[in-house]
Amino acid sequence: MSAFVGKYADELIKNAKYTATPGKGIWAADESTGTIGKRLASINVENIEANRQALRQLLFTSPNALQYLSGVILFEETLYQKTSDGKPFVEVLEENNVIPGIKVDKGVVELAGTNGETTTQGFDSLGARCQQYYKAGARFAKWRAVLKIGPNEPSELSIQQNAQGLARYAIICQENGLVPIVEPEILTDGAHDIVKCAAVTETVLAAVYKALNEHHVLLEGTLLKPNMVTPGSDSPKVAPEVIAEYTVQALRRTVPAAVPGIVFLSGGQSEEEATLNLNAMNKLGVLKPWTLSFSFGRALQQSTLKTWGGKKENIGKAQESFLARCKANSEATLGKYVGGSGTGLASESLYVKDYKY
Amino acid sequence: MSSFKSKYQDELIANAAYIGTPGKGILAADESTGTIGKRLASINVENVETNRRALRELLFTTPGAFECLSGVILFEETLYQKTASGKPFVDLLKEGGVLPGIKVDKGTVELAGTNGETTTQGLDGLGQRCQKYYEAGARFAKWRAVLKIGPNEPSELAIHENAYGLARYAAICQENGLVPIVEPEILVDGPHDINKCAEVTERVLAACYKALSDHHVLLEGTLLKPNMVTPGSESPKVTPEVIAKYTVTALQRTVPAAVPAIVFLSGGQSEEEATLNLNAMNKFQGKKPWSLSFSFGRALQQSTLKAWSGKDENIKKAQDAFIVRCKANSHATLGTYKGDATLAEGASESLHVKDYKY
Repeated sequence: MSAFVGKYADELIKNAKYTATPGKGIWAADESTGTIGKRLASINVENIEANRQALRQLLFTSPNALQYLSGVILFEETLYQKTSDGKPFVEVLEENNVIPGIKVDKGVVELAGTNGETTTQGFDSLGARCQQYYKAGARFAKWRAVLKIGPNEPSELSIQQNAQGLARYAIICQENGLVPIVEPEILTDGAHDIVKCAAVTETVLAAVYKALNEHHVLLEGTLLKPNMVTPGSDSPKVAPEVIAEYTVQALRRTVPAAVPGIVFLSGGQSEEEATLNLNAMNKLGVLKPWTLSFSFGRALQQSTLKTWGGKKENIGKAQESFLARCKANSEATLGKYVGGSGTGLASESLYVKDYKY
Repeated sequence: MSSFKSKYQDELIANAAYIGTPGKGILAADESTGTIGKRLASINVENVETNRRALRELLFTTPGAFECLSGVILFEETLYQKTASGKPFVDLLKEGGVLPGIKVDKGTVELAGTNGETTTQGLDGLGQRCQKYYEAGARFAKWRAVLKIGPNEPSELAIHENAYGLARYAAICQENGLVPIVEPEILVDGPHDINKCAEVTERVLAACYKALSDHHVLLEGTLLKPNMVTPGSESPKVTPEVIAKYTVTALQRTVPAAVPAIVFLSGGQSEEEATLNLNAMNKFQGKKPWSLSFSFGRALQQSTLKAWSGKDENIKKAQDAFIVRCKANSHATLGTYKGDATLAEGASESLHVKDYKY
């Protein structure tokens, strides 16, 4: 085949397929120390290791929540943390049939000569790091590439750099037993309409799959984590059905059937918006040769975080809130979500201009 | 959208989808005057216009054939020809629910500095020609790009030239109402194994779809005409099931779901081989978001030609041979071919011609 078939090929295919199980999705809990600090600050909680551990423990041990998850993306620190009873988080996940994943990129840096466009770092010793993460129990990885829409953006340079970067990261992961989640996020920032977002998304995804082919990546052992196709943040909103139509059309035009699952990022959408949009996509009566699911961070945790507020006495309620979002999104992957789950917090926009993790 | 919005958009989408109707496929009857001459010579028939016309009339008036066909690709001369009783071929096809198509490329030329690799000509004035063909009744077009497998082939240059040539042709067709059949044929010539063919096919198809995206082509209004993934002509044969698996896997890895149908070329395969392979693909259990059908020339006509041998008294015999192949391939698009087609003389004959030039 054109694809590199190394010693992990069968395992990669199996794990990618499992992650794409209908009714399940991914929880992105891989906020870097800096980013999780912002979240904790928003609920007046100090950004120390003990609190970061407490937050993740609260979520990992939410009764009945893990059944709706096929995978959790972790930050490196979390991969090696334990519950307060001393059980490694990775074991908690494995016992509940949730595959541990690991964020492996090292953030973005600007591309000189562009208007604030970026490329993603993290290649140095990536192979060795992946090996270590595999030994620690990780079976998938994530790398976030970021593009933006503007009068002259995304530029050809930015598209090429990010697509090639994702492809190089992907093959290194596969050489070391990790299913690469390929994430080419096109930020919602801007006044553009949904047609523009669709055009850019299609162009970017076409470049990504060309690059993956060039780098001999085994598509059956990957997942895609794209943005949904929506109007820009400064543009009027549209119905979930419209988002679903444009998004699925863009994917049908670019993502080969060999890819087992597409797990959307939530961008700045509120918890409820993200769920409704995912649901609409799964209800769309159009042929979709990959499953459509979620890889949500903010859109799974926001109301849970607020409910917790850093206080032990709120843990139970916070866990109920988390369970509710997991269940809602699980239903959305089956096109069965009827809306209205959770409190008013679930409708709060999570949009932050020019978002940096 | 990333694709260019042609005024023919809805029509292109409808026609492309129609061509992919399960149970139907395409008859490639677009042999150039030179090429059809070779066919006629092989049955001792003179290469004059009346004979070329008579052959096509024989095919187009075969009872029941049109039920198995969604399209016929024509050479320019044939687009303007009529039956003996004066009915334009184009009208005959349309009345029978068959879309007329037109070959628009002008053959291949060598790429200097390569080892016999080629690119395809025909872009000059292509827009105006397509307009004319549309007026004459054509609704789809075909352009054949050719690549080969060798120690250093296909080169990056050959892949790029052919992929971008196909994309430019496709965009021009869509501007003028014709559904472009995108045909990146990788010749079967060589001692390479099926893995090598798969690798090259995936690389070439990935390049094609990147080029089509760059040129803003509306994928829903196109068709793909690829080679099947097989061992090279000098390599041991494998079963249809193996060909099916490698071929479908290659397509799953490269052809977006927006493409409504994939219509295989038969290359040098015998009539029966081509049908059995197509059948195996439609039986194969795996994701296939496009329909899998045929666009056969030699593999539909070979035994028909032999049965006819240019004689009026053989017309019925020839038409019987033709309908057998049409029905067999129609079944193959549904995965229901039982391999029991009455094998006329020549049906199992390999049609491989080394370094085949149309």
